[in-house]
Amino acid sequence: MVHRYDALIIGAGGAGLMAALQLSSHGRVAAISKLYPTRSHTGAAQGGIGAALGNHEEDHWEWHMFDTVKGSDYLADQDAVEILCREAIETVYDLEHWGLPFSRTPEGKIAQRPFGGHTREFGKAPVRRSCYAADRTGHMILQTMYQQCLKNQVHFYDEYHVLDLLIEQGRCAGVVALCLATGELHTFHAKAVVFATGGCGRMFSVTSNAHALTGDGMGVVLRRGIPLEDMEFFQFHPTGIYKMGILLSEAARGEGSVLRNKNGERFMERYAPTLLDLAPRDMVSRAIYREIREGRGIGGKNYVHLDMTHLGREVLDMKLPDITDFVRTYLGIEPAKELIPVQPTAHYAMGGIPTDNDGRVVIDEKHTPLPGLYAAGETACVSVHGANRLGTNSLVDILVFGRRSGRHAARFIKENDLPPLSAKPEERSREIIARLLSSQGQERGADIRESLQNEMMDKASVFRDAGTLMAMREKLKEIRDRYANVKIEDRGAKYNTQLLEIFELGILIDLADVLVEGALARQESRGAHSREDFPKRDDANFLKHTLAYLGPRGIQLAYKPVTVTRFEPKERKY
Amino acid sequence: MQMTLKIRRFNPEKDAEPWWGEYQFEAEPTDRLLDALNHVKWYLDGTLTYRRSCAHGVCGSDAMLINGRNGLACKLLLKNLGSRITVEPMRGFRVIKDLLVDMEFFFDKYRAIKPYLITNSPEPDQERLQSPEDREKFDDTTKCILCGACTTACPSFWANPDYVGPAAIVNAHRFIFDSRDEGKEERLDIMNSTEGVWRCRTIFNCVEACPRGINVTRAIGEVKKALLFRKA
Ligand SMILES: Cc1cc2nc3c(=O)[nH]c(=O)nc-3n(C[C@H](O)[C@H](O)[C@H](O)COP(=O)(O)OP(=O)(O)OC[C@H]3O[C@@H](n4cnc5c(N)ncnc54)[C@H](O)[C@@H]3O)c2cc1C
Ligand code: SF4
Ligand code: FES
Repeated sequence: MVHRYDALIIGAGGAGLMAALQLSSHGRVAAISKLYPTRSHTGAAQGGIGAALGNHEEDHWEWHMFDTVKGSDYLADQDAVEILCREAIETVYDLEHWGLPFSRTPEGKIAQRPFGGHTREFGKAPVRRSCYAADRTGHMILQTMYQQCLKNQVHFYDEYHVLDLLIEQGRCAGVVALCLATGELHTFHAKAVVFATGGCGRMFSVTSNAHALTGDGMGVVLRRGIPLEDMEFFQFHPTGIYKMGILLSEAARGEGSVLRNKNGERFMERYAPTLLDLAPRDMVSRAIYREIREGRGIGGKNYVHLDMTHLGREVLDMKLPDITDFVRTYLGIEPAKELIPVQPTAHYAMGGIPTDNDGRVVIDEKHTPLPGLYAAGETACVSVHGANRLGTNSLVDILVFGRRSGRHAARFIKENDLPPLSAKPEERSREIIARLLSSQGQERGADIRESLQNEMMDKASVFRDAGTLMAMREKLKEIRDRYANVKIEDRGAKYNTQLLEIFELGILIDLADVLVEGALARQESRGAHSREDFPKRDDANFLKHTLAYLGPRGIQLAYKPVTVTRFEPKERKY
Repeated sequence: MQMTLKIRRFNPEKDAEPWWGEYQFEAEPTDRLLDALNHVKWYLDGTLTYRRSCAHGVCGSDAMLINGRNGLACKLLLKNLGSRITVEPMRGFRVIKDLLVDMEFFFDKYRAIKPYLITNSPEPDQERLQSPEDREKFDDTTKCILCGACTTACPSFWANPDYVGPAAIVNAHRFIFDSRDEGKEERLDIMNSTEGVWRCRTIFNCVEACPRGINVTRAIGEVKKALLFRKA
């Protein structure tokens, strides 16, 4: 079945919905999503969206920019960060105009709270920059954006799983998707496609990410010869619920919670004397691991405590109701009275599909765009987060660059005709599905996935070195062999969720390969990438972005320079 | 703990009738019911079908009938459900496969209440002001994740599927009581129609079902009151 559109948006989280909204009045546009839009993981975001509104105290986008660049360990492209921080402000006002129910100050303005790494006057002290709606900011953004898309009559294909990208004569020509309800393949032929498929945290065993976050968009374009950028930088958020990984937002620390080791010591005093518990995530996660390694984890185990007891019930119920509820529901603990066991949890992919500042996918070191192809949100790498993202900056990123890609695509579809379409656009997807459905293999997908997640956690998470990464490379070969022999029990057409889980697993394996190869080659420590055998940042050799291609002989790497405008790289201290 | 999970199964491609599957396995008491369903799917029977994503009660994917009551599988722990658990699809929606039901019907009702801010006045350069007190008036109903648990627990809805249902009313409330919204009259008209808010018989099943702890009946009551007040 072939559908024709001017533009397609793949993914209906915050980034996809924003792009769809921009495009909705410019042509025939459809948004395709494997989940119902309101199930997207943007809805899980808690703490807030950063913008220098200055509603409580003086603030400037330049300060926000400095913090973002420094937080990125100077790997972010500064021209892009400037756009991010300037446009954050109008974006938050737009959200408010569209009805987003922000929490309010006594004067009725949008309320703001402190967040990790956000400071005034270039690092002097924490500043209140995170605009929030209790601890449900992402939920409110997702709802508001979906509501606006309904109002503007965006056409949705809900529960369609994209399997392949179509490229014809050097242009993006559309995608192929599987309709979950029928199991049929659909070709979507279009002039422009925006990928907004979110992150890939399910590569690791302990993660804050939804089951659906398997990096499909990244994997699909990678398999079509497009590189991925900076995938070795994966953020571990310091405060996931022990073992489960469910996130307890940095807003908790923004409101005054502190981390403690088994001696009850507020150990961040030793690691980041100025920002303490509100230091950037990479630093806090490493500090937690150091405490654990040096025997100061709780009861000799892999966790520390988050202490919210001094905040009082009222603050918890007013400002942090959801995370308070998570703690009560999943741990049976009363956070106003008891300490909460936390450990770093795989949270956010800084890397992704390389784009320019208009969301155009750029496919080489020379920034050559692939006409008609766009990416935005967590699946993309602009790069505004560099080696480590600051809290609240992803929600800004998805909306600012979701909008920019939508706007650019709107111009593109006016100026261009439909590209040609090959005779059998569905061939490759059909092959993948047929191969999986007819597999006589004996390896359970769940076992393979579990190995992948546990090994990645063990060998390629917060700390890495050549030894662990080489071992992971070997493991991945084994995992790949097992995957070739994967077992399928559901051979039906309708809602074959087992089939799709196996497809997603294949993508995760490809992305793990990319992460490991990038991490092995990057012989330095920068932001979230911490090599114990190369503990220092090395600007002379590695102030550059990694580009990883999936070639016939595996992953091949190339590099491109970082754009530095206002802030020269300096040592990063807090 | 040793678990027995009894799941109502139905695959229209194979089965003429729904049937009960029984699965036994070891699990941790602190596991979520969703973990147990995943265990069945991943290790015992790969054909088991249901929706899930976030796994911590914020996306609304996995509402189902659990030991006879609606809830989210990812928000209920085994230790609180017992060692024999019965799981069925939500009532009142067409079953597509196992625990997975047709949600189109549900989203149609949501879309029917014009779920978006309606304004005519020009936008200020910065934010519109709203006092914390005004913000508080609709706080409860902003929490809805559109899971469907309330609507499919409602006897009035079972009796009359055309009734907009509690979830749609909750979302209408979210806008009717937002001081910034200027679409109040349009929305109240929809609520006042024959399939609107008056079909609610205040049975309270919805409140019990809501995994977000929304006081659904109170919200419905406030909408009814707004209508009465308007007429007076
Ligand atoms: C628990 C948690 C809390 C967070 N809190 C904050 C915060 O306070 N502030 C902040 O700035 N950031 C926060 N983040 C990060 C931020 O929420 C995410 O990075 C961001 O929401 C990602 O948005 P997105 O639109 O890129 O993707 P998502 O919202 O994840 O949406 C992805 C979309 O792609 C679709 N999709 C995926 N694969 C396919 C496919 N193959 N075919 C079709 N559709 C597909 C999905 O259905 C979905 O609609 C948080 C993240 C988590 C996990
Ligand atoms: S009101 Fe509660 S039960 Fe009803 S749809 Fe919303 S979240 Fe679900
Ligand atoms: S899986 Fe998201 S609510 Fe249960």
